[in-house]
Amino acid sequence: MLRKSSRKPLALLAAATSLALVATACAESTREGGDGADSSEPFVFAAAGSISTLDPFLTSDGETYRYSRQVFETLLRHESGGSEIVGGLAEDWEQSEDGTEWTFHLRENVQFHDGDALNAEAVCANFDRWHNLTGGYQSSNNSYYWQSVFGGFAENEDEDIPDSRYVSCEAQDELTPVITITEYSSIFPGGFSLAAFGLMSPSTLEAIADQEITGEEGNYTLPEYSQVAGTVAGTGPFTVEEWDQDQDEVTLQRFEDYWGEPAGFETMLLRAIPDETARRQALEAGDIHGYDLVAPADVEPLEAAGFQVPTRDVFNVLYMAYQQEANEALADLEVRQALAHAVDRQRIVDTILPAGGEVATQFHPDTLDGWSPDVQTYDYDPDLAEEMLADAGQEDLTLEFCYPSDVTRPYMPAPRDIFDVISADLEAVGVTVEPVTYEWADYIPRTNSGECPLYLLGWTGDYNDAYNFIGTWFSGYNSEFGFRDEDLFEAMAEASGNPDDAERVAAYQELNNQIMDILPGLPISSSPPSIAFAENVNPPAVSPLTQENFSEASWK
Amino acid sequence: MLRFIVRRVLQLIPTLVGLSILLFVWLQRLPGGPEYALLPDDATDEQRASLRRSLGLDEPLTVQYLSFLRRIAQGDLGTSIASGRPVLEEFLTRFPATFELAVSAMVIAVAVGLPLGYLAARRRGTVLDFAAVGGSLVGICTPVFFLAFILKVVFAERLGLFPSAFRLSPGLDRTNLSGFAVLDGLRTGEWDVVADALAHLVLPGLALASIPLAVIVRMTRASVLEVLEEDYVRTADAKGLHRNTVRTRHVMRNAMLPVVTAIGLLTGSLFAGAVLTESVFAFPGIGSFIYSATQERDYPVLTGFILIIATVYVFINLLVDISYSLLDPRVRAQ
Amino acid sequence: MTTPPSSQNPAGTGTRGGAAPLLGRKAAKVDRLAELMGERGDDGHGAGVWREAFLRMRRSPMAISGAVIVTVFVLVALFSPLIAPYSPTAQTWGAEVFPNRNVFVGPRAENLLGLDNLGRDQFSRMVIGARQTLLVGVVATLVGFCVGALLGGSAGAAASLGGAWGRRFDNVVMRVIDMMLALPTLLLAVTVAALIGPSLTTVMIAVGVAQIPIFARLLRGAMISQGSRDYVLAAQALGVRKRRIALAHILPNSMGPVIVQSTLTLATAIIDAAALSYLGLGNPDPAFPEWGTMLADAQRFLSSAPSLAVYPALAIIVTALGFTLLGEAMREALDPKVRK
Repeated sequence: MLRKSSRKPLALLAAATSLALVATACAESTREGGDGADSSEPFVFAAAGSISTLDPFLTSDGETYRYSRQVFETLLRHESGGSEIVGGLAEDWEQSEDGTEWTFHLRENVQFHDGDALNAEAVCANFDRWHNLTGGYQSSNNSYYWQSVFGGFAENEDEDIPDSRYVSCEAQDELTPVITITEYSSIFPGGFSLAAFGLMSPSTLEAIADQEITGEEGNYTLPEYSQVAGTVAGTGPFTVEEWDQDQDEVTLQRFEDYWGEPAGFETMLLRAIPDETARRQALEAGDIHGYDLVAPADVEPLEAAGFQVPTRDVFNVLYMAYQQEANEALADLEVRQALAHAVDRQRIVDTILPAGGEVATQFHPDTLDGWSPDVQTYDYDPDLAEEMLADAGQEDLTLEFCYPSDVTRPYMPAPRDIFDVISADLEAVGVTVEPVTYEWADYIPRTNSGECPLYLLGWTGDYNDAYNFIGTWFSGYNSEFGFRDEDLFEAMAEASGNPDDAERVAAYQELNNQIMDILPGLPISSSPPSIAFAENVNPPAVSPLTQENFSEASWK
Repeated sequence: MLRFIVRRVLQLIPTLVGLSILLFVWLQRLPGGPEYALLPDDATDEQRASLRRSLGLDEPLTVQYLSFLRRIAQGDLGTSIASGRPVLEEFLTRFPATFELAVSAMVIAVAVGLPLGYLAARRRGTVLDFAAVGGSLVGICTPVFFLAFILKVVFAERLGLFPSAFRLSPGLDRTNLSGFAVLDGLRTGEWDVVADALAHLVLPGLALASIPLAVIVRMTRASVLEVLEEDYVRTADAKGLHRNTVRTRHVMRNAMLPVVTAIGLLTGSLFAGAVLTESVFAFPGIGSFIYSATQERDYPVLTGFILIIATVYVFINLLVDISYSLLDPRVRAQ
Repeated sequence: MTTPPSSQNPAGTGTRGGAAPLLGRKAAKVDRLAELMGERGDDGHGAGVWREAFLRMRRSPMAISGAVIVTVFVLVALFSPLIAPYSPTAQTWGAEVFPNRNVFVGPRAENLLGLDNLGRDQFSRMVIGARQTLLVGVVATLVGFCVGALLGGSAGAAASLGGAWGRRFDNVVMRVIDMMLALPTLLLAVTVAALIGPSLTTVMIAVGVAQIPIFARLLRGAMISQGSRDYVLAAQALGVRKRRIALAHILPNSMGPVIVQSTLTLATAIIDAAALSYLGLGNPDPAFPEWGTMLADAQRFLSSAPSLAVYPALAIIVTALGFTLLGEAMREALDPKVRK
């Protein structure tokens, strides 16, 4: 009562202040004027975070890739709305028998934003630049994907960096670059589609040749070209006009000389709204025209209110990792199995994850070749779990359990709730759970270095190959899981190095069975993330890999 | 008068020096030192040692502190870990947004709070008084982030009267002269920019105004009540001066002194309150930046921003003291 | 009745002892509280003031409503395990709520306030949450009180009894306090919390640390104003040891304003704790019910299950209001100016 009486005069008086009145009146009028058929109206898309660099090579951050995919293109890419590798800037490609020579046939008449022509020399200039980077660029923070695909550099400055797998890039003719690597890995050809390897124009490369990354590990100052728009030019459907860092706004402009279908929007703006609810509210209030990472509960109400909320196909996995070195009880297979039986994964799928989610039986979704129907499953059975724990002599097990405090991910909406359910299940079978949270920026390094015995994490595939999932974790000793199993590691290497597709897929199935017997972690779910758009937008085809091409979108 | 000012300024020096020591200690010494914050946890001892050397952490503390002071004096507050840009630059690009927000919150608080407090005092014991005092107590007791959220749900999400996020509509075409959207708009005559910026300020401004508004209402009321009791007001009333004259010349003027003080100081503290409001409204100012800096453990940003805000706060205090002593000669005499 | 001090200016910003610069409203308000309440004792019936204040408060609706709210809150908090019908962490009805489809369960016979988003009994969570909230408030206040009292008390004792060195010591301590006062409290709490990582302890320490300068300044002011009282001079003349004068005479007589401030701080602590939880610096265990965390976590369900956020919000507002009313009423009752 009190509250009402005090707020009302407040609101009235505030409104009476001419300030507010003028503001409302004018704001209304600009909004009305803005809606409708005017195709020059900017399309505003809100992401959960701001971009970190204009040069996608320097990061492994998904929010930056959303921007960079519109501006830079890669040799290969995924089909629109799907996960098949198709030609990008290269119309066609072939690989040598042993998988070490990759020949690309570039599209004709492709122009960079600054007028340079795309040719084999331009492609090789990019690859050679990456290969010859020095200093701060060699930090795994600033060249993550190069190091995971091509190993090291021409001259490694740190002995921890692996030897380079990249040999050379030669221009066979005007439009035919040939890239040679030391040995085949199933990371190819998918690796050529990674957004980090978006090609920049030769003029750009010349202009930025002497720009260095300065500073120390963990406190790098990124080069100016990556922070101020104006230098970088790609071949994509949009050019980057401006990156206004104090508004967290990236302005993309339609590139009129694009080789393919020109973009539907004249201008596209990317903004950051970290809070999930705030993004939904901004869409409802008409401040933005689309956003990503929609909370499952918001899908129906948004659709009911006339918004479009397309759902992507499932292409991810959420798991609870067992770090066997962080708590020695977890080195006991029986304990790992007991914990797996303790968790009611179906309830998480039913009550927290978006419709269409499924309990995961292995470490990648069933949409990928190599998925095995024969893996050992661990059904929810708290009594059995309790028995197994007693059997293993772990009735009084205490485990630290980490989850991220400030984010949601495409594979993991509401981390807190998921944590809460699992933790209650574990406590129900007699395990004492000690919850630990870190902010996302901190969470990744800490879980990667093996500080947390139990933690939640997941993965959205970069390209269509099972090895992109299981190889990420189990191809060798990994401090994320903290175990050594030479049989498994050898089998992984053998499978990945096999250039024969059919044989490789069969090997993957065998590997999945093997992994689920070892049970290095508990796969929880694979679920389809949604993305939301305003009513008057023709949305782009949504991509299971979350690699939407916004040039396909337009005003209705 | 001059002596008074000089004395006050001199008194600032130890406070500022102390503040810098406090922050220095904080930046350099706390949990394990910056090499732990800056390096990944699996970094080797050599890496830590080399970082310590390159940051000058192996020098004696006094040397470190002096070079820290020297860097501050040169305007070098370090580099943000998250963005890799200088902290001062980050502050300056975000300052105009928060300044405009703080000013609009203050305008709302003063425009509503002063008259309401005055009326409550004049009509002591009435429903109005009760509502004003009760309302301001409830205002103080309501978590700001919740109030902000409710304002957003009602006025942005449901009624669609005001924008729910940002400082300017995305894609708004404007000439950026100084970063101050409203001022720039007024100078260049871009009225749509002015209107757009003001519309974006209303809801966060109201939310941020809640605490200062409550404080101003209560202070004005208390202060007016106190003055009404003073002999000179009774004398003025008794000698038959016109009521309005008594009100303006005697009551309001004297009662305003503490309120003016409060307004000055509340403005300083708004910068801190903005942390909550800005993060609810995705308002790109200092507050939301501090929020993300806490999320990312961006120590240089936290230290630098706090140093700047505390210094600004101390100087606002000084200005308030000086203006106060100009208004009230008794303060000088003490 | 006590006569108001003649040196009082209408602004109420008078400073004592010359050592304190006018460091703003916070400082001025603190000093004033210390000073006003230090005035008692002049008329020779020190203990009577408390009784008088109590009698006055019994007639004040503000004090009564404050006291009722606080009493109910404290009783609920103390006896919460007896009141709560279920475990606040057991997801007994977990299969009945579907937050991903906006299916929630409202009040019903077995669950008075319905279920939360994971199928726990909301009423039990609110009741047990009262206990955690009280704990946060009390511990935070104690942190501020103890450290602040130590700083302020030693400074005050030194200033009123210690001669030239005492004044110098007082000066140094007060500079430190003024510095802390220059940092806005929430900002101070956020940085402390960011520094030591999120946990319930963090919240208590962070909120408490932010209160230290206020308590320190308050106790020092009150002690200095007591230091010039006749009974202190008399004790000194009789040769009573300084430490004894400070601990046995000055300190107990200076506690009034500190008690008032403690009551007000409990309210601030509860609100600030909620803010820290909202910023993600609170307790990492979401199962553990605490109003601030519950509110911050439930805001996302505001459109489909508003009660999940509204209950803890109301609880926080009402409780903070209770402590504020009680504190303000005590302040008024003890304030000789208002007493007139």
